[in-house]
Amino acid sequence: MSKARTSHLRSASVHLALGAYTLIALFPVFLTIVNSFKNRNAIFRAPLQLPGPESFSLIGYQTVLKQGDFIGYFSNSLTVTCVSIFFVLLFGAMAAFALSEYRFKGNTLMGLYLSLGIMIPIRLGTVAILQGMVATGLVNTLTALILVYTAQGLPLAVFILSEFMRTVSDDLKNAGRIDGLSEYAIFFRLVLPLVRPAMATVAVFTMIPIWNDLWFPLILAPAEATKTVTLGSQVFIGQFVTDWNAVLSALSLAIFPVLVLYMIFSRQLIRGITSGAVK
Amino acid sequence: MGSLRLRNIRKAFGAHEVLKGIDLDVKDGEFVIFVGPSGCGKSTLLRVIAGLEDATSGSIDIDGQEVATVPPAKRGIAMVFQSYALYPHLTVKDNMGLGLKQAGADKADIEKRVAKASAMLSLDPYLARRPAELSGGQRQRVAIGRAIVREPKLFLFDEPLSNLDAALRVQTRLEIAKLHRELKATMIYVTHDQVEAMTLADKIVVLSAGAIEQVGSPMELYNRPANLFVAGFIGSPGMNFIEAERLGDPGAKTLGIRPEHITLSREAGEWQGKVVHVEHLGADTIVYMETEKAGLLTVRLFGEHPFHPDDVVYASPDRSLMHRFDADGKAIR
Repeated sequence: MSKARTSHLRSASVHLALGAYTLIALFPVFLTIVNSFKNRNAIFRAPLQLPGPESFSLIGYQTVLKQGDFIGYFSNSLTVTCVSIFFVLLFGAMAAFALSEYRFKGNTLMGLYLSLGIMIPIRLGTVAILQGMVATGLVNTLTALILVYTAQGLPLAVFILSEFMRTVSDDLKNAGRIDGLSEYAIFFRLVLPLVRPAMATVAVFTMIPIWNDLWFPLILAPAEATKTVTLGSQVFIGQFVTDWNAVLSALSLAIFPVLVLYMIFSRQLIRGITSGAVK
Repeated sequence: MGSLRLRNIRKAFGAHEVLKGIDLDVKDGEFVIFVGPSGCGKSTLLRVIAGLEDATSGSIDIDGQEVATVPPAKRGIAMVFQSYALYPHLTVKDNMGLGLKQAGADKADIEKRVAKASAMLSLDPYLARRPAELSGGQRQRVAIGRAIVREPKLFLFDEPLSNLDAALRVQTRLEIAKLHRELKATMIYVTHDQVEAMTLADKIVVLSAGAIEQVGSPMELYNRPANLFVAGFIGSPGMNFIEAERLGDPGAKTLGIRPEHITLSREAGEWQGKVVHVEHLGADTIVYMETEKAGLLTVRLFGEHPFHPDDVVYASPDRSLMHRFDADGKAIR
């Protein structure tokens, strides 16, 4: 950035604001992780203190790993999240391509209809969804969750991706048509690589609510075999007694997979490969 | 191989008619240029020929074969785009070979044809690079190479030079002219730049508002424009138009005289006037003058002339090179 346009005062205040926000955002995470390594007394007596030689304890992690099938919960969460993201990106991108590329009657209306879900929470339809799942025998399967999450993620995906796809050069697509690429080849081989940053954005926005969701796993798939991490951690929270060591440890563990996924996608966010395609 | 016949091509986007019945014949080996102001429908016409847009009505024959229902890849055409439109993830070589690969040509054949095209355009050192590693001129050469490799019946160029800087534009123009001589292929070229049109074309098609104004060789259009629009569009600086009444010519509505067909003198001449502005270009001097009789005139003189604003000068048109137009703007011959 040029020196002429930034004063030290301004850049300091910007950094201060950002720093403060980072602190506020990270504080609960920090608290969770720190306390997951302490014994029960230390958690309550001095919640802000770092674990010392007296208060250090892995009892929470031991409980988590012993009680319940946490590896199973993790793999359930991962499966549901990854498969849902895959379908959201695939179907969202296809719908977005059709909306942005082809002129047909009701194009705008269809676009609005597909984006409507951004404004209407899918949970309003929980009863109907549950009835549907019961009728189709999908209750207590991961398929039920994947279907619901795919539906939940699609509106935002269609909205963001169709905007991005409008920016892909028409000439490039036409060059592909003249070279004999099918519409599918144009979509998968020319357009998708160019909107990869947008796809990563959508993936991140889709992933986090799915990973953190408690509602649908609780309602649609509460069986032991299909429990997700968030639901699995709930066993430690009772009406009268809560095993805080275990809850904090479970939550700390749950942060990492989502962090890894985020890092994979955020790298794509930065990379732009459009340069050189058109002017 | 490579003739084109358009009959009554119409194209409408909703209620807005972009092409209003285009008839055109292009012979094998001809270099035809569509020229016109922006929004005249020349690019749309090219897209219709390529099959990227469907015509609302009318017939397109390539080599005597109706192609209205044939997809672009099977029409035997190749197209070069203004924005190059290279595939960003493929190397120069793969960019050029993709069309053949899709058509199912065998590897040795692709290899041979890519090598031939790259030799023609001196692209050999860049074959392994990706488009991002090339300069604008090189990218456009790759785009042209991609067209050559397909050995099409018809080359279509959509303003291929407008993204290049002035020097490269001249160089690439020469290259395209050379290519046309070597390949003897039929080429259709869209541009809004009349210099490109005049220098490259065998035949120019002047379009305005979705209709053809005139078709002819560059010199025909320059010497015998069919109407006011063509007269004003071809030639730079543009033709001077004078109301015939002011000059006492009852048979016509408008008179036209090109800036290069007027001579200036400080002593005597037909129209007295005052210099408003002078542009010195070295080879030419362009004088803008306000005359009492003929209004504002542009005069193009060859060589350097020391005129200054507010000088009083006399302009004399070459009467034999004057153009006369009737009330509808049609040329009177």
